[in-house]
Amino acid sequence: MSDSSAAQTVLRVEDLRVAIGRKEIVRGVNFQVGRGGTLGIVGESGSGKSMSVLAATGLLDAPGAVVTGTSTLHDDDGAGLALTSATPKQLRRVHGNSIGFVFQDPSTSLNPLLTLERQISESLETHRGMTRRTARARALELLEAVGIPDPESRLDSYPHQLSGGQRQRVMIAIALACDPAMLIADEPTTALDVTTQAQIIDLVKELQHDRGTAVVWISHDLGVIGQVADEVLVLKSGEAVEHRETVSLMDHPSHAYTTQLLAARPVLGRVPQPADPAAEVVLAVEDLDVAFPVSTPAGKKTIHAVDSVSFEVRRGHTLGIVGESGSGKSTIANVLTGLVEPQGGTAQLGGTDLLRVRGKQGRGLRRRVAMVFQDPFASLNSRMRVGDSIGEPLTVHRLPASGSRSDRIRELLELVDLPTHFASRYPHELSGGQRQRVSIARALALEPEVVILDESTAALDVSIQARVLDLLARLQSELGLTYLFIAHDLAVVQQMSHDVLVMRNGQAVEQGAAEQIFDDPQQDYTRMLLAAIPPERPAAV
Amino acid sequence: MQLSPKAVARFLGTRLLHSAIVLLGVMIVVFALIQLVPGDPVRLALGTRYTQESYDALRAASGLDRPLWEQFFTYIGSAVTGDLGVSFRSGQPVTALLLERLPATLSLAGVGLLIGLLIAVPAGIWAALREGRIADGIVRITSQFGVSIPDFWMGMLLILVFATGLGWLPSSGYIPFSESPGGWLRQVTLPAVTVGTVAGAILTRYVRAATLDVANMGYVRTAKSKGLAPSTVTIRHIMRNALVPVLTIAGIQLATILSGVIVVEVVFAWPGLGRLVFDSVASRDYPMIQGAVLLIAVMFLLVNLIVDVLYALVDPRIRLA
Amino acid sequence: MTDPTPTPENPTATDVEPEADGRVAAWKLLAGNPVTLFSVIVLVIILVVALLAPWLAPYGVNQTDVTRALQSPSAEHWMGTDDLGRDIFSRIIVASGTSLQIALVSVIFAFVIGVPIGIISGYLGGITDTVLMRCVDVMFAFPVLLLALAIVAILSPGQLTTMIAIGVVFTPIFARVARASTLSVRVEPFVQVSKTMGTPGWWILLRHILPNITGPVVVQTSLSLAFAILSEAALSFLGLGIQPPNPSWGGMLFDAQGFMSQAWWMSVFPGAAIFVTVLAFNLLGDGLRDVLDPKQRTLAEARRKA
Repeated sequence: MSDSSAAQTVLRVEDLRVAIGRKEIVRGVNFQVGRGGTLGIVGESGSGKSMSVLAATGLLDAPGAVVTGTSTLHDDDGAGLALTSATPKQLRRVHGNSIGFVFQDPSTSLNPLLTLERQISESLETHRGMTRRTARARALELLEAVGIPDPESRLDSYPHQLSGGQRQRVMIAIALACDPAMLIADEPTTALDVTTQAQIIDLVKELQHDRGTAVVWISHDLGVIGQVADEVLVLKSGEAVEHRETVSLMDHPSHAYTTQLLAARPVLGRVPQPADPAAEVVLAVEDLDVAFPVSTPAGKKTIHAVDSVSFEVRRGHTLGIVGESGSGKSTIANVLTGLVEPQGGTAQLGGTDLLRVRGKQGRGLRRRVAMVFQDPFASLNSRMRVGDSIGEPLTVHRLPASGSRSDRIRELLELVDLPTHFASRYPHELSGGQRQRVSIARALALEPEVVILDESTAALDVSIQARVLDLLARLQSELGLTYLFIAHDLAVVQQMSHDVLVMRNGQAVEQGAAEQIFDDPQQDYTRMLLAAIPPERPAAV
Repeated sequence: MQLSPKAVARFLGTRLLHSAIVLLGVMIVVFALIQLVPGDPVRLALGTRYTQESYDALRAASGLDRPLWEQFFTYIGSAVTGDLGVSFRSGQPVTALLLERLPATLSLAGVGLLIGLLIAVPAGIWAALREGRIADGIVRITSQFGVSIPDFWMGMLLILVFATGLGWLPSSGYIPFSESPGGWLRQVTLPAVTVGTVAGAILTRYVRAATLDVANMGYVRTAKSKGLAPSTVTIRHIMRNALVPVLTIAGIQLATILSGVIVVEVVFAWPGLGRLVFDSVASRDYPMIQGAVLLIAVMFLLVNLIVDVLYALVDPRIRLA
Repeated sequence: MTDPTPTPENPTATDVEPEADGRVAAWKLLAGNPVTLFSVIVLVIILVVALLAPWLAPYGVNQTDVTRALQSPSAEHWMGTDDLGRDIFSRIIVASGTSLQIALVSVIFAFVIGVPIGIISGYLGGITDTVLMRCVDVMFAFPVLLLALAIVAILSPGQLTTMIAIGVVFTPIFARVARASTLSVRVEPFVQVSKTMGTPGWWILLRHILPNITGPVVVQTSLSLAFAILSEAALSFLGLGIQPPNPSWGGMLFDAQGFMSQAWWMSVFPGAAIFVTVLAFNLLGDGLRDVLDPKQRTLAEARRKA
């Protein structure tokens, strides 16, 4: 990469610093991208990766942020423009024209009130002086180029009529409308399902190849970065800890933090401790059916969220439930914990049907199934001390029968590796990983037989996720717990599960022993899911 | 503009049904008004000097001698056909008296709302785009002043300065637009400014909040990333999207504005519905109070229904769902 | 998420914020806002004056002296005298007590009835919610003052009627605010978690919902006090609130109408009293909203982070 970037550098950033108030968030970052090249910027939350790039391109819109250092753009005209010291007017001439942007969340990045044509042609009219008609023709070409089916009729569509992946394709069309020399992609696939992610990655690579665009790709996911980038910049707390060519960085990381990140990321091929194959069946779900009435602004309709799904879990085993968004995997969790009423089916837990009990008996049964949610911030009542949150189920069920409640709370905190004095803290005083440990402690308070983990580690940074997964595995072997492990990340599911259920559109596509699903999938959909996972080894570009 | 008639029909059908239910509730409340009067409303209305014949006549005319359920259905039935009974005081049909007063109130409320929007939309957007800066602080404090000022006091101060003091404008009275547009304008200015200032202060706060919400949306960042001129970003991407919640709020706030109109009509001796209600309460003319309350509530529901239609037209998520 | 490297065994001190209690921090934030602090001071002064009015008032409220009618402000009569020679300053400070009392009682009435209705409606959902909210919609179709006028027309005018009228028309406002907050708290994961563990509904309402909706409800209370004072003044101005000869700000303004050109002080001072009191409650409500309303707060925080 180094030779070509020296020849035709598009963006060169030197000693970039961003400070808000007295706090320096980006501390002297250097990088450059050449024509046709891709720089991957990777880091965990709070590493300043988005802020660095937005500051370097003059799109940072944080009140009170002070940007220093230089960032020079060399577009086709050849003349360098210093972006950090450019006037707003100069920047406007560059944005959308020489630099295109794609952001994370395709559901909010498009204006809901404007047609796709309008949103694509805007920058063409602004920068290229095109008329409405020529801009429309160009917009049609772009929609075709980004692979929107039936582009002619889609021109007059509105964003809400597209799927998430299609919206992100439109965002790419907007970003590339004026053939910019450079594309900034800020976590462009994070909000997408894994199969869609793979398609978007391919699309960007293809377009980049055709046009010679320089790309800066920001992601928290080393797997994605490995697929797209020639060079990687690893950021930690606003500082670059490592900046090397992708393959060599991943094969021989030189900085301890990079090594840690690489080790912590979920990769396929890890399996859990084996469980006793002859263990009794704890939970048997049969023909589960769930339908929701959904109110839209224009009326009501019914969505079949779970459609006659059956499965069994043995004591001490983990059943992994995988699927993309809308597959119905979380609905199963909500039914089993009583949050959602099913339309039909049974769920036998030690001889009682979980779905048919009411009142006192139901409350007793509730003790035997516990759940840990995804969001570590929202899962705890911010006005209750940690100890009270953990102790709430004890109080409700008048436990423990012997011994003191505070002893039990201390015991639970120790169980999840938290110091016992955390009991008197409030959730906002804890980090995300610590909060999730509190949620786990609370779930264990009633000594449940089955613990449902619904994307319980999905919101955590990879290094934290790895530790929480280790904790869960340890708790399972120590306490003999049975897990229902719901996740979209197949690598994490393989690492945790003995058996796997693959869901799609409310139906069970495939289920069986984990090794069979991962090594010898029978269904096309399962094969597609597995194929879409970014491989551990970076693609040699 | 593409239209999915089915989606729009479904949306408007739901809203229409909702309005109809609320209207029924409104009628029940209005009907209950007269039933809740402790004692005999007819006797209260007639005062101390009346003959048995006039008492019986009024009682029969107002239907108060019949059973409650019959009265209710009669009331609903005649209200729907536009018959709101006869005034205790003048003996004339309530509907005719109301319609006579309606133009005065509509012109005051209309001009007042217009002034309010002319203040609120620019001020609210301007403040939101300068959030946290001095301009924003000034708009926020000024709008608090406007919200806190009693409208009748403001009317009195305007009269003190512009009518009795400077003598520029009349302090009271109403001239129909059809008679003399110039005269109408002179008459309507002070009361409409009073109504409009308070309405403008209330609406400014909502416009500011709605604009702030929209200005922080991802698509505004996308618009900026396209290098569009700030005016294009503001008008095409921020204002259009902020318009939707502002419309809804403006419809709901109409009730507050109509509250102001009632008092302001009294201050400026404006012969509108507010003044009519005020006089009727003083003379305990219950059919008149019922009629005026019903008419004002119906106006409110009607405006909100129009807001819903506009909403459906502005927002493709409803138009094309 | 806040700090990428705290180990559970050795939690880093950096991600621990200094305040032990969120609510203490809220008070500190409030006191740090000069506008809010100023409005609190003004309200305390008004409250003290209202309580001590009988002793502070230099003249009796109905002490008439026709020889001293319509005198402009002077050392003897700080705010002048009215057409009957009554001291306007004395009448204003005595009326402040009545105004505050009516505002307080009617808002408490609306709060006590409206908030439980809103919480139950929002928490139970379904048919209960639909019916209760349609009733609230019906109430909202009437302009506040019109409804109050109608109530006054049924009962006879006076202090009690004024309180009932304002209380009744404010009830749906509280119901709506409480319902909206309950709806947003109800779907929070921490409430869901509690439900999955078999926690009874009343417990969830008391321990989870109630503490988390106080912010918006407190804000609404402050704003409603402001609006209640305005409504009482308007009713009294129309002659349907506090009945003469008892002093009221609105009533004094009604009297002033006939003497606009001769005695500006008759209309300026009572109006200013209403304005200052209402403004103070509104500014306090605004300050409270910035600190207590979780939506506003997260918005502000998100903006700071972005």
